[in-house]
Amino acid sequence: MTGSIAAIGMGLAVIGAGIGLASIGGKAMEAIARQPEAVGDIRSNMILVAALIEGAALIAIVFAFLVK
Amino acid sequence: MCLLALNLSAQHNHDGHDHDGHDHSGHSHDDHGHSHDTHHTLGCGLHSAHGGEFDPGATAFHHIADANIYSIGPFGIPLPCIPFVPGEGFDFFLSSKFHYDGHGTGSNAYNRFVLDGGTMKRITDESFPDGLVEGVEVGHDDEGHTAVCYNNKLYPVDKKSTADGGIFGGGITSWYDFSMTKNVMSMIIVFLIFFFIFRAIAKRYKQRPDKAPSGIQGLIEPIFVFIQDEVAKPFLGKHYLKYLPFLMSLFFFILGLNLWGQIPFLGGSNVTGNLAFTAVLAIFAFFVVNLSGNKHYWEHIFNMPGVPGWVKIILTPVEALGLFIKPITLALRLFANITAGHMVIIIFVSFIFIFGNNGASKVGAYGAALPTVLLTMFMMAIELLVAFIQAFVFTILTTSYLSAAIDEGHEHEGAH
Repeated sequence: MTGSIAAIGMGLAVIGAGIGLASIGGKAMEAIARQPEAVGDIRSNMILVAALIEGAALIAIVFAFLVK
Repeated sequence: MCLLALNLSAQHNHDGHDHDGHDHSGHSHDDHGHSHDTHHTLGCGLHSAHGGEFDPGATAFHHIADANIYSIGPFGIPLPCIPFVPGEGFDFFLSSKFHYDGHGTGSNAYNRFVLDGGTMKRITDESFPDGLVEGVEVGHDDEGHTAVCYNNKLYPVDKKSTADGGIFGGGITSWYDFSMTKNVMSMIIVFLIFFFIFRAIAKRYKQRPDKAPSGIQGLIEPIFVFIQDEVAKPFLGKHYLKYLPFLMSLFFFILGLNLWGQIPFLGGSNVTGNLAFTAVLAIFAFFVVNLSGNKHYWEHIFNMPGVPGWVKIILTPVEALGLFIKPITLALRLFANITAGHMVIIIFVSFIFIFGNNGASKVGAYGAALPTVLLTMFMMAIELLVAFIQAFVFTILTTSYLSAAIDEGHEHEGAH
């Protein structure tokens, strides 16, 4: 088994992004269930915030590539 | 089902590049399950890039890379190669000069350029003759570097020319590649498709302004109105018309290229999964946002109002860095999402070769074909969704940065 420690860093970054996305997804579902008429606004805001979280994870992944 | 799987596998091996070392004439789908042991060693101790052990990682990277050949099905269409060598100037020729095989590996050298797996590379050794040289063997040495064998002499080859300074592979090279590659052709094709679609739609709106949309109008109008009403208007308010052309161009160009890259057997171009391309889009977004920035925007970055002085020392560098981090993440997000999607599909298809023991086990290959088809179909459906979401995300984020830049700062005036 070979590999670099950067791979562990990538994994950790993905865990963080996963927790973040899960939290947004869960809250958005909850919000939609409470207020189904606001589904459009909630969805586009959810995608916006999900994209921002993804950005943080991507920076970590790219740094993991760079230091490899 | 299996036939579909084998077709898919041929498709994801980019149309005639197969990695288990068998021939590439049109019928190649039918013999994936057969035993093949044609791994041949080239002269000078070089190894063929496409024989021996199957390496899913290398296969995936090869297939998402740009190429100097546009392969449609089993046909490799040559593209113009325009290398620039400092001191020697520009060169112009078609990649058919290299006389490439189904792998995109050329058996000719031209002006010291060779074709390795679809990518043009340059022989660094100056003793290699200029002009057209036939009977050249391009392969990899024991350390995996590309090298050329000609007249039983080994010539080292320069790295692939890239514009990123060698950060993401490649490196600083002795030459620069300005070729019309597969990605460039895809961009031109998608541009032309959208040009004619939008011309036709614009004409129809003029001819029958008050009628219900028909034909292609009905496909584009809801998407256009969605971006206009859900993205541009809420974020930009009364300024939205000024930025609408930019935002729409971004959205439709990214969407078109995302979808174009997913059409099987059409070259499998990976334009939006190319960091150079997404970086250029992000640079456009960076300039549009920052050149539109008003006083309030710059004040919030360099001299945040209502914040004590010692916090400003920390906040100003962070905000200034944020100026650059925003476009960087824009570029990376699109690049990583599209690339990851393509790579996952290629890895799924690789299961056929892994379980088939690289052609040795027919049972393994056919057994893996069914789950591979299902997984690949599932993944392609996800990618279809991602194509829309990423185009939307790029546009909405650019719009939100823009809205921060042109915000008049009303709520702020109230606070004072």
